[in-house]
Amino acid sequence: MYKVVYNKKISSNSYEMLVEAPLVVEKCMPGQFVIVMAKEDSERIPLTIYDYDREKGLLWLIYQVIGASTEELTTVQQKIFSVSGPLGNANEICKDPDAYKGKRICYVAGGVGIAPVYPQVKYLQEHGFNVDVIYGSRSADLLLIRDKVEKVVSKIRYATDDGSFGTKGFVTDILASNIEDYDIVVAIGPVIMMKNVVELTKKYNIPTIVSMNPLMVDGSGMCGACRCEIDGKPKFACIHGPEFDGFKVNFDLALKRMSIYKEEEQEKWELMKKRLQGGKNHE
Amino acid sequence: MNDSKVKGRLQDADVRVTNFEEVEFGYNDEEALQEASRCLQCVNPRCMKGCPVNIMIPEFIKGIKEGDLKKAYEVISRSSSLPAVCGRVCPQEKQCESMCVKGIKGEAISIGSLERYVADQAIINQFNSVVPAEKVGKKVAIVGSGPAGLTCAGDLAKAGYDVTIYEVLHKAGGVLTYGIPEFRLPKSIVQKEVDSLKKLGVEIKCDVPIGNALTIADLQQQYDAVFLGTGAGLPKFMGIPGEDANQVFSANEVLTRINLMGGYQEEAKTPIKKGKTAYVIGGGNVAMDAVRSLKRLGVDAHIMYRRSLEELPARKMEVEHAVDEGIVFDILKNPVEILTDDKNNVVGMKVVNMILGEAGEDGRRGVTEDPDSLHTVDCDMVIMALGTSPNHGALKDSDIALSDKGLIVVEGTKTSLDSVFAGGDAVTGAATVILAMEAGKKAAKEIMESLS
Repeated sequence: MYKVVYNKKISSNSYEMLVEAPLVVEKCMPGQFVIVMAKEDSERIPLTIYDYDREKGLLWLIYQVIGASTEELTTVQQKIFSVSGPLGNANEICKDPDAYKGKRICYVAGGVGIAPVYPQVKYLQEHGFNVDVIYGSRSADLLLIRDKVEKVVSKIRYATDDGSFGTKGFVTDILASNIEDYDIVVAIGPVIMMKNVVELTKKYNIPTIVSMNPLMVDGSGMCGACRCEIDGKPKFACIHGPEFDGFKVNFDLALKRMSIYKEEEQEKWELMKKRLQGGKNHE
Repeated sequence: MNDSKVKGRLQDADVRVTNFEEVEFGYNDEEALQEASRCLQCVNPRCMKGCPVNIMIPEFIKGIKEGDLKKAYEVISRSSSLPAVCGRVCPQEKQCESMCVKGIKGEAISIGSLERYVADQAIINQFNSVVPAEKVGKKVAIVGSGPAGLTCAGDLAKAGYDVTIYEVLHKAGGVLTYGIPEFRLPKSIVQKEVDSLKKLGVEIKCDVPIGNALTIADLQQQYDAVFLGTGAGLPKFMGIPGEDANQVFSANEVLTRINLMGGYQEEAKTPIKKGKTAYVIGGGNVAMDAVRSLKRLGVDAHIMYRRSLEELPARKMEVEHAVDEGIVFDILKNPVEILTDDKNNVVGMKVVNMILGEAGEDGRRGVTEDPDSLHTVDCDMVIMALGTSPNHGALKDSDIALSDKGLIVVEGTKTSLDSVFAGGDAVTGAATVILAMEAGKKAAKEIMESLS
C-alpha cells in the first residue's frame, strides 16, 4: 500500500495523482514509467512518471479515463495498492545530455502525452538546454498542466483540432512550418500522431524518438504483450523501450494491436460502471 | 500381498474442464496411512538420492506411519521450504520415486502424494516449521521471489540470517504465482508457503524492479551477500510471418492473465481472450498449463508439437491429464505462417508435417519438414510456448559475466561479482521448479560458508 496525497480531476477526462513512493523516485529518470494497481484485484496499468521529488519521496502521475481500470483509479483515495517502478529505460537525451549539447531539440506532445514530455523538458532545462514544445489536443479544455510546462520550455506552441486555443489544426502542421529549426524531435502522444510526426521528420531526415504505449501486463519482460515491431523485429516496450527510434517503428501494426482486447474491455467497463454505481447507491 | 500404490483420487475429467479447482484431491488420512505403510524404511534409502533437496524421505514417511504428522512435517521442512508446492509439481517419477526399491518389482511409493499430504495437514493444523536459529547479524538480499529465491531465503532465515526478498510484481511466488495454474497448484497454497517464510522473519518487498529502483551494486553495498533468482526471462517467438497478429500470445501472457490477474473468474478486472479454437505451439509443461487453462475457459484447445508424443518434454502425468480432458494433440506438425484478416486478427495457420530423424548428440530425435505436406488449419488464437531467452533487466549497469547464451555464469552458485550468487532459470535456462529450489538451497549453503 502507498499513501495517496491527492487524486484530482484536472480536465474533463484526466486526473492527477500524487503518491508517496520513495523507492520509485530515488533513482527514476525521465522516460521511465510505473505500473499501478488501484486495489489488490485491479488490472495493472502502466503510467508515465510525470514528476518526482526525490527528497520527499513523492511521485506525480497523470492519467486519462479510457476504460474500466482507469475509471476505477479515479475512486482511489488515501491508499493505492501497488506502484511498481521505475520500469523501462530513461530517455536517451536525458541519460547523456552532453552527447546532445548544441542540438536544437523539439518535443511534440499530443493530449495526455504531455505527461511524459514534461519531466524530460524540465530535466533538460536544468541541464542547460533550451527546448521547444509543440502541444496539441482536440480542444482547449483538454490541454493539461500548461502552467508547469510553460515554466520549463524555451518556446511553446499550441494546436487544437477545433481552434479553441493556439493554431487550429494538428501539431504536425506547426512542426512542418518550423521543421528547419530542429536537429532532433521527440514525439509522444497517440500512435497516429507519432506516426504522422515521423512521416514528416523522415522526409527531412531529422532523428525522431517516440515513446510507445502498447498493452502491457507485467512490465518486466516476462509476458511479451507489449511487443512492437522495431526494424522488422519484435521488441518489448517494457524492457527494450518504451522509447524507440521513430524511423524504425511499425506504427500501423501498433495501431492494430491496441484493439486486441477491445470487446473484452467494453464488457469490463460495463461491469465496472455497475460496480461503482452499486457502491454509490448502496444497492 | 498387493503391492500397488494407493491411487490418488481425481476430479472427473468432464467436470474438471469446467472449473479451475485442483485436479487431484490428495490423500485422506486413511489413504496416506495405507500408502505410508508400504514403505520398507530402507537402511540405505535410494529414494533420497533422487531428491534434489535431500529430504529424509523414510523418516517423514515413518512419521505418517506412527501418526505423528508434526514430526513428519518437521523432517520435511528441515530440507524444503516449499513442501506443499513440491508435493504437487515435482516430477517425482523421475526423481525420488524412480529410485524407490519397491518400483523394481511393483509400484514405487507415492512419495510426492505423501509429501503433499503432510504439507497440507501442516497448513490445516498450523504446524510451525523449524524454529529459526539465533540471529547471526548478517544481511542477505534476494532478487526474485520464485522457487529459487524462496528456498534460498528459507534456508538462510532458518540459520539466523536477515533476509530481504525483492520482487518486481505485486505478489510473491514468481512462476508459482503467475505461471502454474490454480488447478495444479492453488494460489492459496503458495500464499501459505510464502506466509510461513514471513513467519521465519523473511521480509518481502514487492513492486521493486532491481536494475532500475536499486542496482546490484546498491545491493552489494547494503547487504553482506546477494542472491539472483531472476528466472527464465523473455518468452520466445518463432519468427514466422503473421506472428504479430492480435491473437498471438506467449504462454506466459495467457498464464499471467489467468493466474496472477485471476482472469478466469467472471468478475476479474483483467481481460482474457477466449477464442473458439486455439493452438498452443510447444510440448513442455508450460504448453500443457496453457492449453488446459484455455480448455477450462471453453476454448477448443490443441497442442501442436513438432516431434512425436514420445518426445514431449512435459511431465507424463500432465500429458495424461490433458488427454483425459479432451486436449487435441496435433503432433509432428509445425506452423510456418499465421494467417490474418485485414484487421490483423488470426484466422488460421499454414502448417507443415514433420518427419522424425535419428537421435542427435543430445539424445533427442531431430525433425525435418515434409515439403509436400503444406496445409492450412482454421483457428482464432495461437499461443507460443517455446521457452525463453535471458532477461537482463535486473543486471542493468552491472558487468556480471554472462555465457554466450546470455545466462549468468557461476562457479557453484557464485557469480563473477563479489558476494553475488545466482541460481535457477537465470543460470540454467528454463528448467523445473525443483531444480531452481536445489540451486536456491545450494546458494544458501555457499552464502553461509562465504560469510562465516
